[in-house]
Amino acid sequence: MIPLWFVIVAPIAVALVIAGAGRGPVRYTRWLALIGPVAAAWAGAERLAGAGRETGVAAEAVSWLVTQAGSIDVGASADPIASIMLVVVGVVASMVVIFSVGYMAEDASQPRYFALLSAFTAAMTGLVLSTSLVGLFVAWELVGACSYLLIGFWFTRPSAARAAVKAFLVTRVGDVGLLFALALLWRETGTLVTADVLAAVPMLAPATITAAALLLFVGAAGKSAQFPLHVWLPDAMEGPTPVSALIHAATMVAAGVFLLARTWPLFEASETARLVVLVIGTVTALGAATIAVPQTDIKRVLAYSTISQLGFMFAALGAGAWVAAFFHLVTHAAFKSLLFLASGSVIHGSGTQDLREMGGLGRAMPLTAATWAVGVAALAGLPPLAGFFSKDAVLDAVWVHAPVAGAALFIASGLTAFYSFRATRLAFSGTFRGAGHPHESPLVMKVPLVVLALLAATLGAASWWFAELLGGHAGLAVPIAVASTVIAGLSAVAGWSLYRTGPAADDRLAGALGGLWRAASGAYGIDALVMRGAAAAERGAAAASERFDTKLVDGLVRGIAWLARRVGREFNELQSGEGQLYAALVGAGAVLLASLALWLGR
Amino acid sequence: MTLALLIAIPLAGAFVSAVAGRSTAVARVIALAASLGTAGVAAVVWRAYASSAEALTYEFTIEGAGSFLRLAADGLSVPLVALTALLGIIAVLASWNVERIGAHMSLLLALEAAVIGVFLAADLILFYVAWEAVLIPMFFLIGGWGHENRRYAAMKFFIYTFAGSALMLVGLVLLVVQGGIGTGMPAAPLPIEPASQTLVFWLLAAGFLVKIPVVPLHTWLPDAHVEAPTAGSIMLAGVLLKMGAYGIARISIPYTPDAFAAASPILAALGVIGIVYGAAMALGQSDLKRLVAYSSVAHMGFVVLGLASGTELGLQGAMLGMVSHGLVAGLLFFLVGALYERAHTRDIRAFGGLGVTLPRWATIFVVASLASLGLPGLSGFPGEFASVVAGFGRFGFVIALAGIGIVLAGAYTLRAVRLVVHGEPAATSAPVDGVQSAALGDLDARELLIAVPLMALIVALGIWPRLVTDIAAATLGALASLAGTVS
Repeated sequence: MIPLWFVIVAPIAVALVIAGAGRGPVRYTRWLALIGPVAAAWAGAERLAGAGRETGVAAEAVSWLVTQAGSIDVGASADPIASIMLVVVGVVASMVVIFSVGYMAEDASQPRYFALLSAFTAAMTGLVLSTSLVGLFVAWELVGACSYLLIGFWFTRPSAARAAVKAFLVTRVGDVGLLFALALLWRETGTLVTADVLAAVPMLAPATITAAALLLFVGAAGKSAQFPLHVWLPDAMEGPTPVSALIHAATMVAAGVFLLARTWPLFEASETARLVVLVIGTVTALGAATIAVPQTDIKRVLAYSTISQLGFMFAALGAGAWVAAFFHLVTHAAFKSLLFLASGSVIHGSGTQDLREMGGLGRAMPLTAATWAVGVAALAGLPPLAGFFSKDAVLDAVWVHAPVAGAALFIASGLTAFYSFRATRLAFSGTFRGAGHPHESPLVMKVPLVVLALLAATLGAASWWFAELLGGHAGLAVPIAVASTVIAGLSAVAGWSLYRTGPAADDRLAGALGGLWRAASGAYGIDALVMRGAAAAERGAAAASERFDTKLVDGLVRGIAWLARRVGREFNELQSGEGQLYAALVGAGAVLLASLALWLGR
Repeated sequence: MTLALLIAIPLAGAFVSAVAGRSTAVARVIALAASLGTAGVAAVVWRAYASSAEALTYEFTIEGAGSFLRLAADGLSVPLVALTALLGIIAVLASWNVERIGAHMSLLLALEAAVIGVFLAADLILFYVAWEAVLIPMFFLIGGWGHENRRYAAMKFFIYTFAGSALMLVGLVLLVVQGGIGTGMPAAPLPIEPASQTLVFWLLAAGFLVKIPVVPLHTWLPDAHVEAPTAGSIMLAGVLLKMGAYGIARISIPYTPDAFAAASPILAALGVIGIVYGAAMALGQSDLKRLVAYSSVAHMGFVVLGLASGTELGLQGAMLGMVSHGLVAGLLFFLVGALYERAHTRDIRAFGGLGVTLPRWATIFVVASLASLGLPGLSGFPGEFASVVAGFGRFGFVIALAGIGIVLAGAYTLRAVRLVVHGEPAATSAPVDGVQSAALGDLDARELLIAVPLMALIVALGIWPRLVTDIAAATLGALASLAGTVS
């Protein structure tokens, strides 16, 4: 079996090699970036294959800080959910690396790009393998840092530089929540080893459990772009598209769901926390789905779609069905990374991200179109693709637990099918509306699309295996499945047929829906509000620095100094310029000090 | 004897450099040799203490006249002495091309000797003398080699810290008189009479808190930093600020534990205020050096918070915070100084796109910035983490206010990175001062020799904080039990 430390350390070493080797040999060194992902997928698969026989996996642990009262330990181990995450991260990251070889072929900064991809893999595997909350937090922030550096990869573009900072800061708000969750759990349980903390949950006061769970959720909401901390994800699309597929669709943004699954006993013990998660998840799922409808940038459609789908997962968590949420995480990783990579292929081949400038790409890029079609069908939840099974599990759990939220999710899944097929028709059907001649992407970009499409089509069958491995019930809830298929099918047909006329249909819908369409296009102004607030904070800080720090605090001190000078003037007579007097004073002072020293030191 | 060398070598270097330093080459060689020698001895002391875990002591005794120059090194002082010795080399290398180099190096080495004296003093009078002795070379470094407003900044620095240390002197005198103790500082001093503790504590705190500095006693710091030459800034941020925190741990906690415990909520509040206020002020700066200076206020806030918790974890956090801040602020001030040497401005708005034009400088600046904002894996994180966790354990949810500072730290650092490193190269984007960054040269070999080791240490300490805490643990554990055994 591949040792777990190798899975974390190898990609770090690879990152250093790629960065160190520089531009010259990058044609070869960039392939090294596959080592980490392949090792991760292999290690995860090995452990899953042996999961029946080997239940407890011994953790390698070291003490990171030691005090007499207790130590803060870090370590790595792979239980089933960590192993599944390893496979997910490994497979998606491998596909993204292969795809990037084609997509980034012309970029001068490839060493930095592939080094960062490899570093991200290391941090992400560290996150899922960590046995302690400290190790998880460390990796949690490191994936954020890699995300920051990759969103800002094309840093000479001011918009990319801004988006990178925004992503880091908004997620950091969540990270602070996570930090204080750790502080609280350390105070109450005296350990940060995940298993020990969770074992101590029955001993904790209910208020403590709820507080800890909610703080953890704040962290999860930041990373997983849940309302109102979702504002960073659409902007994160400034990064290269394969990065969006890996970090901002499949892995890092799903870390919040993983965190809640990992610390599930805390949420199980707190109904309040679960209710908050359910409400936030449902609001996010529905809200982001409506925002995705009028978007004209293909990547922004996918970004809001990701936020919405993550909302589905949190709603399932809130309804108590963490296995369903986790299952949806896995299928979503497949079909959403597929969609992002396909959109990357579209952007690569057509030279635009604007749906209004596309059209007719189905003929120019048949393979991209076919794989995209698999992806959107899975996203829309059409049977028998992967998304159908996982969304059925989510809808079933939420409907049974809270019908109002369930109804909202049904509407959201209708909208999902609608925007998916709207985008599909705009991009691939009709005639090309942009400039130049669109072309199909090279083989190195096609292979990952095919692999991910196969997964997006077939992963639904894993439903039974998930139930066996993690608990929960297998199979379909037939009434829910029928209802959701009907809703998704009708909405898909609506989206497809309405956009027969191309982008002009947007105007007709905008006319019909009026303010609602405009509000959704502008993401309900939340983002603008946040940005205005941030700008005001920066200006306020500058003004406060000038007024408060320089004038008031410093002025106060200067006032005292002025007073001192006034007093000092009274002693001016002493400054007569008499050398002898000075010498005498210095002598007297020295004697005084010396006698003081002798007296004290006796 | 080795301990005395730690002071004697830089002092001798200062003397020789002052006398023979008219020649640039001689001054460089002497300064480098003295700082390297000091660091070598510091390494020996580190190893000796690490292997025996017994405090090293030194006493210079004259028959019949008593003993003078009592020195001691334990887990509290060894890491800080090592940091001082390391930054001493860095500061010498960073001032390779200054004017009047003999005098400059002389002052720098004298400063190093004085700071090490503070950290090694095992006698209250020696502690005070060394404390004041730090002021003089620093004053002349700012006044003699600083920028436009150097006189104002030097005076302000002097008056502030002198006012603080005058009160501290009264506190020390009272400590000896009221406590009825000698001036020698035993390894485990006994607390003085509880009734006299409060007054002594606050008089001492006046000196210590100005030095750290805590808000609102901090306004000397931005001015001193902005005006100081690069080497001055490195030493000022890197080690001088630590003297205040060291004083609290070395003197306040053992001698006045009850007063310390009573005051700890106030100290924690000062820490949190520093974290938030320093970060907010840093966000408002357009002068890169002033920005780093305010970030020091925020970072020292974490140190104060860790100290205030009085727990072993918190004290470890404070120690980690001090060492990390020494490395990170040292590196940042060096980078800003290197940039100023080239562009003759520190205005953030004048730059842009340095990631393209100065890739080496930019890469190191990004790493240092990420360390400064407390990214895990780099040295800033363990200290902040331990301080916050310990502070939370002791004071509860009110410490969550520090979270504002943590977010703001990301904001001001990444704002600086965005404006300086990212964006189009400034030559094409019509900057404020029109710095033609395309014409600037990247870091040269000497500068890399300064920056790369610091960066390596920042990474090493971030991954494995026990590099520092293992050395400090025993002493800090004993301190924590002192701070914790009070009613």
